Amino acid sequence: MELTLWTYEGPPHVGAMRIASSMRDLHYLLHAPQGDTYADLLFTMIERRGKRPPVTYTTFQARDLGGDTAELVKKNISEAVERFKPKTLLVGESCTAELIQDQPGALAKGMGFNIPIVNLELPAYSKKENWGASETFYQIVRTLLKKEVSEDSSICAKRWKDLGRRPKVNILGPTLLGFRCRDDVIEIQRILSEQGIDTNVVSPLNSSPDDIKRLIDAEINICLYHEIAETTCEWLKRNFGMEYTTTIPIGIENTINFIKEVHKKLDLPLTNQEELENKSKLPWYSKSVDSNYLTGKRVFIFGDGTHAIAAAKIAKEELGFEVVGLGTYSREMARKVRLVAKDLNLEALISNNYLEVEDAMKKTSPELVLGTQMERHSAKRLGIPCAVISTPMHVQDVPARYSPQMGWEGANVIFDDWVHPLMMGLEEHLIDMFKHDFEFVDGHQSHLGHTAVNTNESEHENLIKEDKSNLKEVIWTDSGKAELTKVPFFVRGKVKSNTEKYAQSKGLSEIDDETLYDAKAFFS
Amino acid sequence: MSKVLFDKETGPREVFCGLTSIVWLHRRMPDAFFLVVGSRTCAHLIQSAAGVMIFAEPRFGTAILEEKDLAGLADAHEELDRVVNDLIARRPEIKTLFLVGSCPSEVIKLDLATVAEKLNKKFLGQVQFLNYSGSGIETTFTQGEDGALKALIPLMETTDEEKLLVVGTIANNVEDRLKKIFKNIGIKNVESFPPRQSTELPKIGTNTKVLLTQPYLCDTVRDLKHRGCEVIHAPFPLGVEGSTKWILAAAEAFEIQELKVHDVIAPLISRARKALETHKEILRGKKLFLLPESQLEISLARFLHNECEMNLVEVGTPYLNKELMEEELKLLPENTKIVEGQHVEKQLDRVRESQPDLVVCGMGLANPLEAEGIHTKWSIEMVFSPIHGIDQAADLANLFSRPLKRNQILTTKTLATSK
Repeated sequence: MELTLWTYEGPPHVGAMRIASSMRDLHYLLHAPQGDTYADLLFTMIERRGKRPPVTYTTFQARDLGGDTAELVKKNISEAVERFKPKTLLVGESCTAELIQDQPGALAKGMGFNIPIVNLELPAYSKKENWGASETFYQIVRTLLKKEVSEDSSICAKRWKDLGRRPKVNILGPTLLGFRCRDDVIEIQRILSEQGIDTNVVSPLNSSPDDIKRLIDAEINICLYHEIAETTCEWLKRNFGMEYTTTIPIGIENTINFIKEVHKKLDLPLTNQEELENKSKLPWYSKSVDSNYLTGKRVFIFGDGTHAIAAAKIAKEELGFEVVGLGTYSREMARKVRLVAKDLNLEALISNNYLEVEDAMKKTSPELVLGTQMERHSAKRLGIPCAVISTPMHVQDVPARYSPQMGWEGANVIFDDWVHPLMMGLEEHLIDMFKHDFEFVDGHQSHLGHTAVNTNESEHENLIKEDKSNLKEVIWTDSGKAELTKVPFFVRGKVKSNTEKYAQSKGLSEIDDETLYDAKAFFS
Repeated sequence: MSKVLFDKETGPREVFCGLTSIVWLHRRMPDAFFLVVGSRTCAHLIQSAAGVMIFAEPRFGTAILEEKDLAGLADAHEELDRVVNDLIARRPEIKTLFLVGSCPSEVIKLDLATVAEKLNKKFLGQVQFLNYSGSGIETTFTQGEDGALKALIPLMETTDEEKLLVVGTIANNVEDRLKKIFKNIGIKNVESFPPRQSTELPKIGTNTKVLLTQPYLCDTVRDLKHRGCEVIHAPFPLGVEGSTKWILAAAEAFEIQELKVHDVIAPLISRARKALETHKEILRGKKLFLLPESQLEISLARFLHNECEMNLVEVGTPYLNKELMEEELKLLPENTKIVEGQHVEKQLDRVRESQPDLVVCGMGLANPLEAEGIHTKWSIEMVFSPIHGIDQAADLANLFSRPLKRNQILTTKTLATSK
């Protein structure tokens, strides 16, 4: 048993629902009790979907358990097929149904329907949402394409040349309740089309079972989100020889790398490489003089694997931040995230416990947090600016405007979204100049609508009180306290703990203004 | 009794399970913790229903069953013991810990009563342990509160003191308001159940008169009766009519003259009627369809018809206890169609056929219906908003008039349906 106060990922059948709801002409028969219907609101509320997820819940009750739940399953299957006339039927169970072992998939297959039936076995007590989504997508593709597999079904990535047409690719992985998938797809299609590459199928988002059958008309696959599509891409590679891309086009360098990778795989010459450098405003905005203040800003990153890894690279190389923490809740992506963290001399935090993440955040004293909706809450509590970069998300993370994360426009969006929560360069300079004026309120950020919550005095009193337990009576003198309040609020916690550490190491019992300067010199 | 048409329906449902009531119960009793023994689905359900709005460490959580628990490799009782120990070490301020059963824990027949008993001995004098089931195979949405309250009853001491016990979670400010009214009419000894602190349980006995604020407390009422409490029969305090009859029923039980009650509440009634007028303008003659979810549907239908002049197309309810609802059913107009249970697809067919002006439904259905051009009100709002009592009648009406008013304001009538 694992004590969970909040979870980053839902159960695996919610992952299956993400695939089913993303697609057309498909229905998901879910053997589950009534409470499991809550999952519909994830789609209708967070994504503001105007359509119910295509899911029929058998809603068995305690009184059914003594009788024949298998009959209930069959009745629901018949009704759902009759009413929704799907071209493919997914059949699966949620956590409770898994225990009563009715095997709804086998039941459905025995009912003689003339449509493909995908039997989903998603172990609810060991796996989670993203795994469920990945497995479901893979099972759909496998079911619909396995008949096409043969000795000579190998697809050569260069065949478009012989066929006398533009190269075709599939874009795999975007789903509902994924982070900005809707807009990423548009951006990537636009970029490919500028390079003379056609999109054959985008899936699962807005695709139908018929589209899945057409996947093999393309030369290669673009694996847009590893969490969802990697297993499927691997299967297509193994059975059809279809190559797939591994670069995630988030950030300038990786968008360029992605374009290069696609060209290389297709054996298509890349003729406009210099042009690519100027497609986004991010490089210039990052170079412009106002962005000087971004240098070395301490940033803490936590999210799904794809977005956390991408964020680390952009933060360090394209915005000049210092990455002080990196982690993911995704066990499946843990290895990849650990590798990236190692390059940054960090130890990756792999955890599904948001309180552990909050602790790690606190310890690293970041000036900016890039995380999920939960890190936004945690950062708010700690008074640290935050931008959301990954699921799980809130309704406000599904904006009305076009705001991808990928490609050129994605880089623009990222620059704005990450930099706006921070103080602007000139503003930071002015606040530094005027902070001793009586009008000054600590934590004030004029371009953000909110008012600062803390005042110099109370916050510094709090800082002094905090963590007393692990200190051996190091006393802050009045001059020490006064000097500490002059330190900008967002690094004050770090300065305080460093100074105390220094004082303890020197065996000092008091910290005055001079100690603070000694410590500053010592650590710099 | 007026002639009400009853129908029963079975099939796929679209309702919350009893675990959802933890969302308001944990706020009512801040010294209690609700530990669901269940799956990741249970944890995800509660956080989704709570709106993913956790600004502090929540007072509810889930002990998630893992494969080793199911395969019998780990002793479930020992595992739960370990989780509880961790939790209490982390949250020493917890006074009452509810072990809440779920669908999976019920199916594997995890005996939470025995676990609670053992833990009670271990943590004697520090934390009290209770258990109830919020599972979706047995309970719907608000029935979770029924289970939690029922579990508290054995802890309530006996008294001969005469008192009015107001039963069912209501907003704190509404509670204060209602107590003041009772005091003004001459009922001095009024207590609430659940209380604001789980350890401050009211005493009960043969001179306790129970007045329900919520219609979904069948099991709680039964056990209170067993303890000798007298149950006052009344409609529920929604709207002016329901609240007036509710207060009058209490007065009668305490042998307080009706005239005295009217002296106190007449100004409130006229003020509330006046405040209702603007909403009535919008709601009058509009067709209302209530889908089953909170069990408040019948009382809401009565209020929206009798006081706001809406026309009732269909009143769905997940579960109907005719005895508890007797006073409400009497007040419904002739030929009201009440449907107990649900076949969500067939019911939505009826919604589309009848083209109602407003549908009261769960959050999963609201936007899809809006996209079809049918206006909606989330039923979950009724359990989070202060809607009880005469003073809140206009606020209650406002919940229903707002979506219709909004539609009058907006210039773009055709909604882009999500493809």
